[in-house]
Amino acid sequence: MTGAATATEPIRLLDAEGALVETDANAEWRELAAQLTTDDRLAMHGEMVRTRAFDIEAGHLQRQGKLGLWVPSLGQEGAQVGAAWAARDQDTLFPSYREHLLALHRGVEMRQIIDIFRGASHGGWSPLEVRGMRIYSLVIATHALHSTGYAMGIRLDGACGTGDEAVDEAVMAFYGDGAASQGDASEGLVFAASYEAPIVFFVQNNKWAISVPSSRQSRFPLHERARGFGLDAAWVDGNDPLASFAVTRRMLDAARQGRPGYVEADTYRMGAHTTSDDPTRYRTSDEEEAWRRRDPIARMAVHLRSLGVDDAALAAQEQEAAELAADMRRQTLAAGTAASDDIFDFVYAEPHPLMDEQRQALADFEAGFGSGS
Amino acid sequence: MSGQGAAAAQATTMPIAKALNSALREAMRADEKVLLMGEDIGPLGGVFRITEGLHAEFGGDRVLDTPLAESGIIGTAIGLAMRGYRPVIEIQFDGFVYPGFDQIVSQLAKMRARHRGAVSMPVVIRIPYGGHIGAVEHHQESPEAYFAHTAGLRVVSPSTANDAHWMLRQAIESDDPVVFLEPKAKYWTKGEVLPEPTAGLHDAVVARQGSDVTLIGHGAMVHVLLQAAEIAEAEGTSCEVVDLRSLSPIDWAPIIASAERTGRVVVAQEAPGHVSVGSEVAATIAERAFYSLEAPVLRVSGFDTPFPPAQLEAVYLPDADRVLDAVDRALAH
Repeated sequence: MTGAATATEPIRLLDAEGALVETDANAEWRELAAQLTTDDRLAMHGEMVRTRAFDIEAGHLQRQGKLGLWVPSLGQEGAQVGAAWAARDQDTLFPSYREHLLALHRGVEMRQIIDIFRGASHGGWSPLEVRGMRIYSLVIATHALHSTGYAMGIRLDGACGTGDEAVDEAVMAFYGDGAASQGDASEGLVFAASYEAPIVFFVQNNKWAISVPSSRQSRFPLHERARGFGLDAAWVDGNDPLASFAVTRRMLDAARQGRPGYVEADTYRMGAHTTSDDPTRYRTSDEEEAWRRRDPIARMAVHLRSLGVDDAALAAQEQEAAELAADMRRQTLAAGTAASDDIFDFVYAEPHPLMDEQRQALADFEAGFGSGS
Repeated sequence: MSGQGAAAAQATTMPIAKALNSALREAMRADEKVLLMGEDIGPLGGVFRITEGLHAEFGGDRVLDTPLAESGIIGTAIGLAMRGYRPVIEIQFDGFVYPGFDQIVSQLAKMRARHRGAVSMPVVIRIPYGGHIGAVEHHQESPEAYFAHTAGLRVVSPSTANDAHWMLRQAIESDDPVVFLEPKAKYWTKGEVLPEPTAGLHDAVVARQGSDVTLIGHGAMVHVLLQAAEIAEAEGTSCEVVDLRSLSPIDWAPIIASAERTGRVVVAQEAPGHVSVGSEVAATIAERAFYSLEAPVLRVSGFDTPFPPAQLEAVYLPDADRVLDAVDRALAH
């Protein structure tokens, strides 16, 4: 289905301007994307618009000293929204640290993502309270193994492979072209293939791992590399939300029947790696401009207009996104700081004498300053 | 039911390897979420045969012969624990644990804190550790300090068959990750396994009572200390031996009590001494029992060198003579 022959172009349903691409080669993907109604597509656009407004406002908060760091996802919303909609309710997502749209899609609150970057919490949210959304993972590719292990557990539970796509569970792991060089990324592919784990690795090739181009990570297409490990693999235009949805849905449904998969999404990190980064030192403005013309949000808007969606509906989404971002700003400015006991309270599940001793020592030390007056 | 006589009547004598094997079997029978993962642990039963017969009894979905990749084993065990399983990992040899080091110290150890307690990591990592087996490079090391230094891990090491059995059962029942260091040189040393545990997972115990000098160690070293205490006894010196059993956390009360009784302490370990568990023991005794000490706390350790080729391991590893030399120096004060 995804073919063994080397592709020269990623799978694409919308061209760079947002017009539908209809070829014999993409017929099966068009058929899958046809599941998405116009309302679905408008909702996908809305999620991208909300994520971008949140993202830009968070960048401002960092520049104003309210966050220690921000990690923008500008330009990658199309790949993510396709994956978000491709995953079924019962699926579990293991993000890296730039998957803001996926987190918001699954019900993580903006302020919970912000908590990580204002230094209030390492994890931000509980995966037990947010449907199938695990927490961010900062050490590159480590979660390629956690997700694979989780998928192995699904298989051991007998919670996949029944043939019922509405019930069978699957897992998605999200990482990038830089992470693909890590040993853990390869070991994840080895274990996933070996145990026929119900997992899809969704790799956003955004062309830059901080300052190092993807050509330094691999001289060979990443999706081809995955085939060598025995996984089904596909290469998709990541700035085309419809193609991202169609390809990921197909790969996930194969994974839940025991065929692990790999999607390489061709996209671009339009912003800096983080607010500590300066892309002008390593890439050209011409390159940035070329990718800006393929912005997934603009492409989706053109497509929606071609379906008869009026400008008012799109403007309403922009307005709603601006209000949500402003609300996030207000919440961030009003948020308190973590309690000292947080340092000790979550390290061990069971009683631990060193935690008790040091918690008490800190309390005594702080009390030693007296009540003052 | 807890009478000593009754317990002794039901005790079974077996080597440490069998005590570990029976602990794994009982834990797997008691809880279907307990899984074994590791290299060659299936039909072969592991290179030390600790998992012998378990693949036949429980099958390949409970005893997972994994690809040969330590980071992959530990990383996927983390995912399995997130899914509700209780993986028990076998690392083949001490020196092979390092490819999985990041997954242990940055992922497994911190996962619960990163989740503010919402997710626990009931994972046991069994590591056959230490020297005295004349093996090639990377097969005889004592890596405990790396793990004892890492918040979020528990680190234990049994010295007897009874402890091997019951501490492994307790480690598997713990909801925290436990690094379980097995004294591989003592795998075939026999001892009684009692029908009930006699101590908690993190209790230090007095293995031999004495009044002149306290000797402290863990795992295979406890046997060296007991041997040294025998020799000292014949020479008129009474040594107390404290078996640490747990290296993180350390059970300070019996250690401090012994140091206060004898006033002289020797800490022994196979690991290099620099920034070692023995250093922590010595420092804490100095802090908490200072006014009871008659001599500085002395450390006897492996040298601060790579573990040498097997022909030199007897020079490198502390033996009874090196322990007794330290006893003499402690008594000279």
